Amino acid sequence: MPGSAAQLGVQLSGTRRGWPGLGGSLTMEAHDAPDVDKPSLVVIGNGMAGMRTVEELLKLAPDMYRISVFGAEPHGNYNRILLSPVLSGEKAFADIMLNTREWYAEHGIALHAGDPVTRIDRKRRIVHAQSGLAVEYDRLLIATGSKPFIVPVPGHQLDGVVGFRDLQDVDAMLAAARAGGHAVVIGGGLLGLEAANGLRRQGMEVSVVHVTASLMNQQLDASAAGLLRATLERRGLRILLERQTAEIVADEEGTRVRAVRFQDGEEIPADLVVMAAGVRPNIALAQSAGLHCERAIVVDDTLQTYDPRVYAVGECVQHRRATFGLVAPIWDQARVCAAHLAGAGHRRYVQQATATKLKVTGVDLYSAGDIVGGEGSEDLVLRDRRGGVYKRLVVAGNRLVGAVLYGDVADGPWYFDLIQKRTDIASMRDQLLFGQALAENAKQAA
Amino acid sequence: MKLSEQSFIQSAATVRTTCPYCGVGCGVNASMGKDGTLAIAGDADHPASRGRLCVKGSALGETVGMQGRLLAPMLRDADGDGGGALREATWDEALDKVAAGFQRIIAEHGPDAVALYVSGQLLTEDYYVANKFMKGYVGSANIDTNSRLCMSSAVAGHKRAFGEDVVPGCYEDFELADMIVLVGSNAAWCHPTLYQRIARAKEARPHLKIVVIDPRRTATCDIADLHLPLKPGADVALFNGLLAYLAQQNRLDAAFVAGHTTGLDDALAAAGQGGNLLEVARACRIDPQLLRQFYEWFAATDKVVTAFTMGVNQSSSGADKVNAIINCHLATGRIGKPGMGPFSLTGQPNAMGGREVGGLANMLAAHMDLDNPDQRAALQGFWQAPRMAERPGLKAVDLFQAIEAGKVKAVWIMATNPLVSMPDADQARRALAKCELVVASDIALGTDTNAVSHVLLPALGWGEKDGTVTNSERCISRQRGFLSAPGAARPDWHIICDVARRMGYAGFDFTAPHEIFDEHARLSAWQNGTPGQRRRLFDIGGLAGMTRAAYDALAPLQWPVLAGAAASLAAQGEEQEAAREAAQEADASTRLFGDGMFSFPDGRARFVATVARAPANLPDGDYPLVLNTGRVRDQWHTMTRTGKSPRLAEHVPEPFVDMHPQDALLWGVKAGELARVVSGWGSVVARVQHGGGIARGSVFMPIHWSAQTASDARVGAVVNPAVDPVSGEPEFKHTPVRLEPFGVNWYGFILSRSELPLLEAAHWTRIQGADFIRYELAGRKPFADAAGWGRALLGVAPHEHGAADDEGADWIEAEDRNGGVYRAAHLVDGRIEACLFVSRRQDLPARAWLAGMFAKERLAPADRMGLLSGRAREQGVDAGPTVCSCFGVGRKTIEIAIRQHGCKDAAAVTACVKAGGNCGSCIPEIRAILAEARAVEN
Repeated sequence: MPGSAAQLGVQLSGTRRGWPGLGGSLTMEAHDAPDVDKPSLVVIGNGMAGMRTVEELLKLAPDMYRISVFGAEPHGNYNRILLSPVLSGEKAFADIMLNTREWYAEHGIALHAGDPVTRIDRKRRIVHAQSGLAVEYDRLLIATGSKPFIVPVPGHQLDGVVGFRDLQDVDAMLAAARAGGHAVVIGGGLLGLEAANGLRRQGMEVSVVHVTASLMNQQLDASAAGLLRATLERRGLRILLERQTAEIVADEEGTRVRAVRFQDGEEIPADLVVMAAGVRPNIALAQSAGLHCERAIVVDDTLQTYDPRVYAVGECVQHRRATFGLVAPIWDQARVCAAHLAGAGHRRYVQQATATKLKVTGVDLYSAGDIVGGEGSEDLVLRDRRGGVYKRLVVAGNRLVGAVLYGDVADGPWYFDLIQKRTDIASMRDQLLFGQALAENAKQAA
Repeated sequence: MKLSEQSFIQSAATVRTTCPYCGVGCGVNASMGKDGTLAIAGDADHPASRGRLCVKGSALGETVGMQGRLLAPMLRDADGDGGGALREATWDEALDKVAAGFQRIIAEHGPDAVALYVSGQLLTEDYYVANKFMKGYVGSANIDTNSRLCMSSAVAGHKRAFGEDVVPGCYEDFELADMIVLVGSNAAWCHPTLYQRIARAKEARPHLKIVVIDPRRTATCDIADLHLPLKPGADVALFNGLLAYLAQQNRLDAAFVAGHTTGLDDALAAAGQGGNLLEVARACRIDPQLLRQFYEWFAATDKVVTAFTMGVNQSSSGADKVNAIINCHLATGRIGKPGMGPFSLTGQPNAMGGREVGGLANMLAAHMDLDNPDQRAALQGFWQAPRMAERPGLKAVDLFQAIEAGKVKAVWIMATNPLVSMPDADQARRALAKCELVVASDIALGTDTNAVSHVLLPALGWGEKDGTVTNSERCISRQRGFLSAPGAARPDWHIICDVARRMGYAGFDFTAPHEIFDEHARLSAWQNGTPGQRRRLFDIGGLAGMTRAAYDALAPLQWPVLAGAAASLAAQGEEQEAAREAAQEADASTRLFGDGMFSFPDGRARFVATVARAPANLPDGDYPLVLNTGRVRDQWHTMTRTGKSPRLAEHVPEPFVDMHPQDALLWGVKAGELARVVSGWGSVVARVQHGGGIARGSVFMPIHWSAQTASDARVGAVVNPAVDPVSGEPEFKHTPVRLEPFGVNWYGFILSRSELPLLEAAHWTRIQGADFIRYELAGRKPFADAAGWGRALLGVAPHEHGAADDEGADWIEAEDRNGGVYRAAHLVDGRIEACLFVSRRQDLPARAWLAGMFAKERLAPADRMGLLSGRAREQGVDAGPTVCSCFGVGRKTIEIAIRQHGCKDAAAVTACVKAGGNCGSCIPEIRAILAEARAVEN
């Protein structure tokens, strides 16, 4: 079979070489002698993308690799998407754990949590970790994700300026929130709004600062964004649009944030500044290893980098000019990548339309597909200002290509399905805005 | 309809009165319901209807009330041109203007320069005073009535055959007959309670044969044993053929013919020209087998009632058609006896009463004749009239032509809407536009005729006015007033007397309707010979001298009512009822001519030699189709009353043109779309439909819509003004037309609580709903900004840019700009105020569910969400509370997946119903559901 170790030409001998004394709780029992004949898979990144790939791989070929996982964070794997409810207090950390340390042990995976990889030696196929640990690989999976973009304004390095990426950030925010005071969230996108909502629920006075004229401009059109803004303002958030942050102002001691000043000179108090102005793919390691990167690590349809032994998935990859931030395409990547790692290499990763929901309780918002549209695209719009409902469906050539829903999102998944399946909607076009039940009746009648 | 502005003025809890619609004349019990609405029920004791009411009659309670009423006299400021604005005036001012105007024109141009155009909606008392005013005091017979458009051919036929306008039979004959022939009558829709009576008789006695002779296969055909779909206008040929057949088959009643008639030979000679049965069948375009069947049945059945109405009368050979029918009954002696006779079904509630008082331009009062000098003198003596009319006046069509020609300079129109109902109605409009003085007495403010009148006089309507009416079977019945007069409105007789007195005429000092009725009753016996002699059969001398109380208590009874024979009629209550029955049995007023004595001096009936004539205007290359007009079931005349009832509007909400599907294909029009119907006289626009049983080559349109209710559906504008040379009745049933598609770019409708200003749509129809007005629309001009257009149309200010979402109007909208679809609803305080739907295609949602929303004081969230879809938000399967919000999967859906597909873990649930497959935040919940399911299993 093409996936067998012999055919892959992997050097199987001396696999323990260079694995000096492992300390602490990181045990290597699972990798004891019986496994030495297996090829080695090293995963850099203990996040959702990497571990989903491993899970998919275990389903396909549970005993194929010796697997080592390096993670910068000192935990098992958790659901990063659910950091928002942890911040808002709706969920506890335990609720969002995906894979506990026991799980890794059960599956014979060597987990090196809290030990980031510092270098990849592609020539010798060894990764070097911060701890000094070095592990040979036959296959390498890079899933280093992304990191928050810290707007490089004066004062961005002060205490009290955090991103919103990991549990540590959440802890920092929760700590700040316990002290009360003012929080300024820079960035009115999905993440920024979830952070702002969480902080507000934790009792802080929260301002959201956004560069453009409407919130979530990646996912929403101006109308939906206006409704969202009104809702959030009713919930006590202060929304400041079209503001350029000029400086994060330090307190008298010059160490901690005190205020945020805008380019127009206005200054608002800040005890906490959350940078949520986008993310940057985490590609330094890959770049230093000489892997081809553009905005992110360039992969092909099989999630392989320019080095065929090295795979990459998740927010750190670039596939046909696109980078990724939502979970659905990453699950797809994980499935494809796992199939190839398992030697069942018939799958190709195809970009699909994506759908977004804002994880803010009480805000019903759904965005799917191409909401901008282009030449020849047509809009179906429903607007109920008082009722707080807005729907815009983008149609091109009798196909639904995008949907923005606000206030009534019950049909969101159905629209998403129509988008993904490229269903011909001509016969139900007049009922499309009114939802699945009516529209499918119309279709049957047609 | 709440009666907040009118009070129930009768002391009795229930008032017995008579329905104001068709000529059946059903008894109505009116009472005030507990909720302040008028309760309407059939009067079980009324002989015409025995407790039954049709849908129109049942909805009478919805047609009273102040909405749309003319409540004060009004004058148009700019005299003469009709272009000025109306303003309210006092009665004195208005009456002075009418009296002075009439007097001046009579003085300058003679009495024939003025005219009255009145109506079968008037009560006998009103009619009597109007006729007296014109024929005895103004000195002109220029008083005609909308009965000219309806019954005058029957009048002419009766007079030619019997010597007097008499319907010989009664409704009971329909139950006693063995065969009923309905000619040109869609009784199921136009005389519903009588039709139901026939239907019940048919049910009780299945051998009762029902034959319907009508070009259309109407609802009446439901109970027919035989339908003869004859060629429009071929009735004379058909009955001539029948007469010839009866003669051939030796089925004539030789003794009756010899003893009581004259003129059979000429009639037979004329009838024989129609040829043999096959030729008749060809002329009538009927299957010869069907025709033979009808002839055989007619020949074999003694007890035959031949009932006829507009399909016979409204024809350029209407009088001949009536006589061709009567000829067959005279020839077989089937007249004046139980279960047989020719029977004219009158259209209007009091066309018969109008005929009794001489309300037609060629009649005098009390069945006396204008061209009979003795009778003219007798009447002048009775009235002490200063200036008697000496020659027949202008009949309706001639009258409006004389007005346009400037010969008639003042016209007073009462209780009718000629700009809608006249043939060549655009001519009527031109005529009134030119007329120096147009006076209109009406109950409604907004009518097409009022729009061009100079003086509007508010009259009393049904439920308010007080008097008598006569139905098709000669039954005189009281219409009683039980509601207070609205605004400044007065009874018609009162208004006429007011004007007459101002013109210096004596004899108009009536203070109450019973005084007028008394004079009318006395006149009927005036110089009318003595019983046993040849005399006018219309004699109600027995009803003379009634006190107000006796008049008020008058129970329905058939004329004649001779003095002496019914002396006890002045008595009241049950005694009177008993007396009435005794009197009717005794003097046989139930049926007339039973003794073979007719009203001509020689006592003999006349056969009229009728020759089949084609309609006046025949289809040709330019106008290849024949337009037939008529009523729909739930509307009356020009909808000024029935149009107020939401219930009645539901049956046929819009004007339509019904035609054969193959003709529609041929002329390029489509069912559901609009078409223009064009004749040589005018055009209208209506929606094309099929299913009315229309033969190829014909189309049918209803008569009810006016410029008040539709943009372009006054069918009178299309109808040719050809009239019967004898009766002067117009040929409403036969106008050559062509059809053209009426292209529009969009269709739409609006439901609105308030009246909307003039609509710029290319086509619109206004329909009364329960809590709203519905407008059906179609337009030519595509709109660039549908939302702006919609808001402007519904009077809603635009949403200001930058305004908060809860500022400004509560306006919900859905737009598919490229698809040409726009839908919007306007709410105020959670209640729907209006909604608007437009589409480039004919795919608008049904109106019914939306209509129901107007009944709600506050819309539920689900209703609000359903508004723009135009239907209830369908309750899908209850999926339970949402567990997976990414894919919208509910708890019950997951439970079902676990149970039915045996999902063991969260991944299996995800594979099955997607839940948990995206962000995964619900996986703990899914696991909990799985655990519960396992617990249940164990």
